Amino acid sequence: MKKNALVSILAILLACCVVMGCASALADSQKQRTLTVFNWFDYIDEDVIKMFEQETGIKVTYTNFTTNEEMFVKLEKSAGSYDVIFPSDYIIERMIKEDMLEELDMSKIPNAANLIDWCKSPDYDPEGKYSVAYMWGTVGILYDPDQVDGEIDSWGALFDPQYKYGVFMLDSIRDSFGVCLRYLGYSLNDHSEEALDAVKDLLIQQKNDNIVAGYLVDETKDKMVAGEAAMAVMWSGDAMYAIEENENLRYVIPKEGSNIWIDGMCVLKNSQHKDEAMEFINFLCRPDIAAMNQEYISYCSPIQQVVDGYDEEQLNQPALNPSAETMENCEFFHDITEFMELYESRWMEVRA
Amino acid sequence: MKRSWFAYPYSLWMVIFTIAPMIFVVYFALTDTSGALSLSNMAAVGQETYLKILWRSLYLALICTVICLLLGYPAAYFLASKDFNKNQTLFVLILLPMWMNFLLRTYAMMSLMENQGIINTLLKAMGLEPVRMIGTEGAVLVGMVYNFLPFMVLPVHTSLKKMDQRVIEAAEDLGANPAQVFRRVTLPLSMPGVISGVTMVFMPAVTTFAISRLLGSGNFMMFGDLIDKQFLELNNWHFGSSLSLIMMALIIISISLLNKADPKGEGSAI
Amino acid sequence: MRKTLRGVYLGLILFFLYSPIAVMIVLSFNASRSRAKWGGFTFDWYVRLTQRSDILQALWVTLTVAVIATVLATIIGTGAAIGIQAMKKRPASLILKVSYLPMTMPDIVTGVSLMLMFVFVNVPLGYWTMVMAHITFDTPYVLFSVLPKLRQTDSNLYEAALDLGCTPMQAVRKVILPEIMPGVITGALLSFTMSLDDFIISYFTSYTDKNLSMVIYSAARKGIEPSIYALSTIMFLVVLALLIVINKRGALENVS
Repeated sequence: MKKNALVSILAILLACCVVMGCASALADSQKQRTLTVFNWFDYIDEDVIKMFEQETGIKVTYTNFTTNEEMFVKLEKSAGSYDVIFPSDYIIERMIKEDMLEELDMSKIPNAANLIDWCKSPDYDPEGKYSVAYMWGTVGILYDPDQVDGEIDSWGALFDPQYKYGVFMLDSIRDSFGVCLRYLGYSLNDHSEEALDAVKDLLIQQKNDNIVAGYLVDETKDKMVAGEAAMAVMWSGDAMYAIEENENLRYVIPKEGSNIWIDGMCVLKNSQHKDEAMEFINFLCRPDIAAMNQEYISYCSPIQQVVDGYDEEQLNQPALNPSAETMENCEFFHDITEFMELYESRWMEVRA
Repeated sequence: MKRSWFAYPYSLWMVIFTIAPMIFVVYFALTDTSGALSLSNMAAVGQETYLKILWRSLYLALICTVICLLLGYPAAYFLASKDFNKNQTLFVLILLPMWMNFLLRTYAMMSLMENQGIINTLLKAMGLEPVRMIGTEGAVLVGMVYNFLPFMVLPVHTSLKKMDQRVIEAAEDLGANPAQVFRRVTLPLSMPGVISGVTMVFMPAVTTFAISRLLGSGNFMMFGDLIDKQFLELNNWHFGSSLSLIMMALIIISISLLNKADPKGEGSAI
Repeated sequence: MRKTLRGVYLGLILFFLYSPIAVMIVLSFNASRSRAKWGGFTFDWYVRLTQRSDILQALWVTLTVAVIATVLATIIGTGAAIGIQAMKKRPASLILKVSYLPMTMPDIVTGVSLMLMFVFVNVPLGYWTMVMAHITFDTPYVLFSVLPKLRQTDSNLYEAALDLGCTPMQAVRKVILPEIMPGVITGALLSFTMSLDDFIISYFTSYTDKNLSMVIYSAARKGIEPSIYALSTIMFLVVLALLIVINKRGALENVS
């Protein structure tokens, strides 16, 4: 019996070796530099990747995620799979704390000097050692003026029972809670049971009143363009995209204040391709490339030259260029990992 | 070398890639994040929130199974009857969608059922009121029935085909009318197929994942979505494993019930 | 009369099953992006498909994973069938019972359990984990396609070949394989189809590399895009063609 087991183990090992061998031989023979990019879904102009591959000869594997939380799970569980990632501010804060990020070698990223000032030393990474801003934006309401009464300027509209199945919410814990926290007068980073219970009740009430059309993320922008609902909680860039497709739509950052965020580019400590990763970050900071991406995904670029190039219409668009007072009224998310369980259990109650 | 040795690589593969992973599920389900033995995650499944989701999954799956049975049995019966049993093409046509990617099928359903989708456009063109379909429980149900109907037709059809036609003739000769023949002879004899069909529809329906998101707009979380969320968003792998374990238990119980009801595996279509 | 009524019923069922697919195929040729309007006939969406790097990459992943998994699953599964037939009843039925597991377990449980194991032993979840997962769910299909064919052959042939001086490998290659070849090919085709089609298990076992189903899932979340209709149409036709071949071999009823 022992011998049999041995034979079979050998057989399987052999099979594995042959397959793996072929694969690695293939990779070796090409001596190819590779890079795995882990970015948000639909968050880059695909041509930019092709251009990067052509200019540098680095082969890019591009893969994406839908929420910060999903990204974090995949990073943690599949160590070594990814090189460049695009987390949001509060996740960068958490990753720095957990020592997951590689310190960037700024001599390899000279284009980072193109960043606008306030993005150079953000709260979550005060010296800008671990991240370079990729895009920034706000959270607001995108609405269809034909389907609502008058102008919308408050988060309260999301909870107005007259909009039967008229509101798309974000299937993203922090965003959905954040919106309600601000509406109820709390901070975005509040984690007191009192505040969270109030939010939970509000969200459950909203669902029971049949106001919610759905809890979605990537889907909403196209649904809003097609006129599937009256309004949606949306990230500013998605809103911009929708407005470009359907000029009737409008974006507003409610008066109660909202979330302002930065998505950064970071290199993972366990990455095997750090040089390539920094080359990629540098490439994305190049003004012409940043402009291509800005145009394609419609979020606010932190690159000075791109901002300088905005035309009149763009400058008047709150989704792209919010006023100073609005920005003053917005706050960043911070890492509150130790309290997330309080959020999660309540979020599940809402969604169940 | 004995001939049975040829099966050893396979056995080993199965141990590594089928049995070991199941053990991991059990291990994760019964431990907490510190790795200590704990039943807290199993107990958490009993919370109202999760029972509600489990209940919804079971309830939708049950309705879906009943609808599939009501639609599928006659279809299988007609296909196996003298009228159509020579028509192999028809049979294959009904089974074909079973092999088609369920996402494609769901995607197609989605474009039909959206508020501004094809059905509503047609309704409006005919001067009728549009109906809100996407984002409702009904849409999820239609999507499930659409996806799983062939899984009911196939086993029922198989068992009807296997039936000895002489039994029916005998019943007729003894004076039974068609309704009696069906109720007393055909139906009981096709029970193994029905049971198998019920399992083949009910199982994937309970565990369905993505359909509720695409057609229900995320309004109706089902058990499959819950598992997905626990693993890939909330990063709660122990609780996710507990949920998976419950699901495994459900399946194993159902299969052993099935084996009891159909010990010879006559209706088995898998 | 009875036949007509029954025909009408079956027709309605077919209509229910195929109208969404038909709509999809029609819309893949629609020049207008809107699904409510017919903007003229066009192949543009098919052309666009060839320009989308994510889809081309996914196509490559899908095909290579399916080929590798099919080849290995066919070898392992055929060997298993040959071995199991010569086993005593107890161990044979045990192995067969375990083989039913991946076929009866919901995909989500299979996927999650494999993911747990890969993560636990620290294997990065990507292409190769996807391949292993595919081999795992493919192999039983090969096994169950080959077994019935083996049962029709004379089990003494193998021993006879050995007595006549064949090595075990030769005996399998020269005596058994030719007899069971139809079953092996059916099994391979089935595996290939299952691999091409898989979503849930791949979704959980590969984070970095995406197959076509995973891309369709992302696309479906983004909203309807006509080039996905084009992709769907092509995938539908490929699976259709594969199944027609399998069905010609009269194997659908045996296995499924």
